Amino acid sequence: MHHKNSHVVDCRLDQIKYLSERYVLMLFTLPFRILGMLPGQFAQVRIDGAENTFLRRPISICFVPSPTEIWLLVQVVGEGTKKLASLQAGSIVNMVLPLGKSFSIPMDRRRPLLVGGGVGVAPMLFLGKQLMDTGLYDKSSIHFLLGARSKSDLVLLEEFEKYGTVHCTTEDGSYGTKGYVTQHPILQNQSFDQVYTCGPKPMMQAVARYAAEKEIDCEVSLENLMACGIGACLCCVEDTTEGHLCTCTEGPVFNTKRLKW
Amino acid sequence: MVNQEVNLGGLRLSNPVMSASGTFGFGEEFQDYLNFERIGGIVVKGTTLLPRQGNPYPRMAETPSGMLNAVGLQNKGVDYFVQHIYPRIKQYPTALLVNVSGSTVEDYAETARRIQDLEHIPGIELNISCPNVKEGGMAFGTSAAGAEAVVKAVRKVYHKHLMVKLSPNVTDITEIARAAEAAGADSVSLINTLLGMSIDAEKRKPHLSTITGGLSGPCVKPIALRMVWQTSKAVRIPIVGLGGISSATDAVEFLLAGASAVQVGTMNFIEPGIIETIADGLVAYCERHKVARISDLTGALEVVGSSPLSCETK
Ligand SMILES: Cc1cc2nc3c(=O)[nH]c(=O)nc-3n(C[C@H](O)[C@H](O)[C@H](O)COP(=O)(O)OP(=O)(O)OC[C@H]3O[C@@H](n4cnc5c(N)ncnc54)[C@H](O)[C@@H]3O)c2cc1C
Ligand SMILES: Cc1cc2nc3c(=O)[nH]c(=O)nc-3n(C[C@H](O)[C@H](O)[C@H](O)COP(=O)(O)O)c2cc1C
Ligand code: FES
Repeated sequence: MHHKNSHVVDCRLDQIKYLSERYVLMLFTLPFRILGMLPGQFAQVRIDGAENTFLRRPISICFVPSPTEIWLLVQVVGEGTKKLASLQAGSIVNMVLPLGKSFSIPMDRRRPLLVGGGVGVAPMLFLGKQLMDTGLYDKSSIHFLLGARSKSDLVLLEEFEKYGTVHCTTEDGSYGTKGYVTQHPILQNQSFDQVYTCGPKPMMQAVARYAAEKEIDCEVSLENLMACGIGACLCCVEDTTEGHLCTCTEGPVFNTKRLKW
Repeated sequence: MVNQEVNLGGLRLSNPVMSASGTFGFGEEFQDYLNFERIGGIVVKGTTLLPRQGNPYPRMAETPSGMLNAVGLQNKGVDYFVQHIYPRIKQYPTALLVNVSGSTVEDYAETARRIQDLEHIPGIELNISCPNVKEGGMAFGTSAAGAEAVVKAVRKVYHKHLMVKLSPNVTDITEIARAAEAAGADSVSLINTLLGMSIDAEKRKPHLSTITGGLSGPCVKPIALRMVWQTSKAVRIPIVGLGGISSATDAVEFLLAGASAVQVGTMNFIEPGIIETIADGLVAYCERHKVARISDLTGALEVVGSSPLSCETK
């Protein structure tokens, strides 16, 4: 029997939490146990009943409370995500999951910094949990640095606090340090030796520059446009040091050493 | 029991539902999603003589009921395929065809020659129609003389099943189909993608790095169906129909229009198990309509009276 890594599954939406004007947290039950889902991996979510969406939408796995449950954090940006955010508890959503390569979890103890911007905070929650689960860390040794436009867009803070020390920036200064994540003093006051980041590309590039200056290993999660999400269409490529690589199968998580940034 | 086998001019398929090139990888990408014994055939990614990087990102734009792509034949070249990929996929329980592309007649012929001796590859699909390659591709597919030249050259060196994939970006596809037939093609497959364009009005920029790209998906189905029907009136060799197939009903429509087999492309991206679903759906259709052999559906369209509107089938 062929061992399946990913599945096409009908998931039941158990709860939908409206975290802010633009963010919803969707809590799903899977039809069966799926083991081995990892932080940084994503689901290809089918959007049913929207007029102009044809392709599935890639959404990061935000959290896996148990092998039969997943959380997705969705930012409403267009028709597909709007449709998702409008669903009622009890709705069935078809997904292909888990897909892609995850963040790496070093088996030696490091000083990790997890930087999330906007909806890019999603995979960081699961990553924090996974780091904690190695037994190598306590809450004080995992640092989250989360950035958003303003206070209302900083979501899931109480969840993040379960797995680490949380630092925030907002562009309007309504919460935490005013400015971008890369302006947060923790980057200068504390030393890290592992950086993970997900968010808008300019933010990730700034984080990557910081990591490069400090000679820290840095992993980023790319959000290239995808059609299939499974390595078949070659639409999602990133121009890397090894040529065009599919971000859906070789990524979405890449070590910045492999990127041309 | 419905007989699902089809015979494409000597190439036998266990059922008529194949995967379309560039939409099913090398098959490997889909192992989690369907039973390969239910796939009539796999046409693997477009392969060229030398490796190609393809076009710059972005290469894709979604459209209502479809998408535009500008992948530009990214592949590692035929030698890499022969050495590294073929050994991994040769045992698949389905017919494996390699989709061959090139910029010159010599490229096509040489690529075909290097695939010739692969025991588990019973045929090639000659892509004379990809719109994403600046230097050539399309030129062969848009003139009868060009099509004839490249098919002839490949026919000389390639002795297994030679399927020729036609471009819809022409005034009269039957002319190209006839040229391919005359030059020795064993079958024709149609359609490849339609040249299209998409613009981001907010940014006043094209969505694709190449400005234009190939349109595929359910939105192209009526055009594809019309072209299959026209071509079936123009050539004697078997036709493989594709373009926007998303259900068994769609597949039946192509068979009725004159196709002997079908390929499923873009819909694999949305439902990675769809080929099996369609293959099963074809059987169910035949049972419902008391059709003994799926191949009995080929060309079984019942047309009463009037002739089609402005159709130059000559
Ligand atoms: C691996 C991966 C993980 C992702 N994880 C999440 C997540 O956890 N939560 C979440 O809300 N979103 C996530 N995204 C982004 C999400 O896929 C897009 O926002 C979504 O596809 C937009 O669909 P739409 O129909 O709402 O918008 P569309 O109408 O398709 O687009 C609306 C606008 O959003 C922009 N957009 C569309 N797709 C993307 C994209 N892939 N990246 C950046 N901008 C895009 C478009 O340029 C356009 O301006 C992820 C993307 C990838 C590739
Ligand atoms: C992303 C993508 C890549 C493709 N690559 C190739 C290719 O390499 N060679 C080829 O002959 N056709 C290629 N095609 C065309 C398809 O095989 C098919 O002819 C076309 O998409 C129409 O069918 P569909 O609507 O079912 O997708 C590609 C299509 C897509 C969407
Ligand atoms: S999205 Fe199709 S190959 Fe990555």
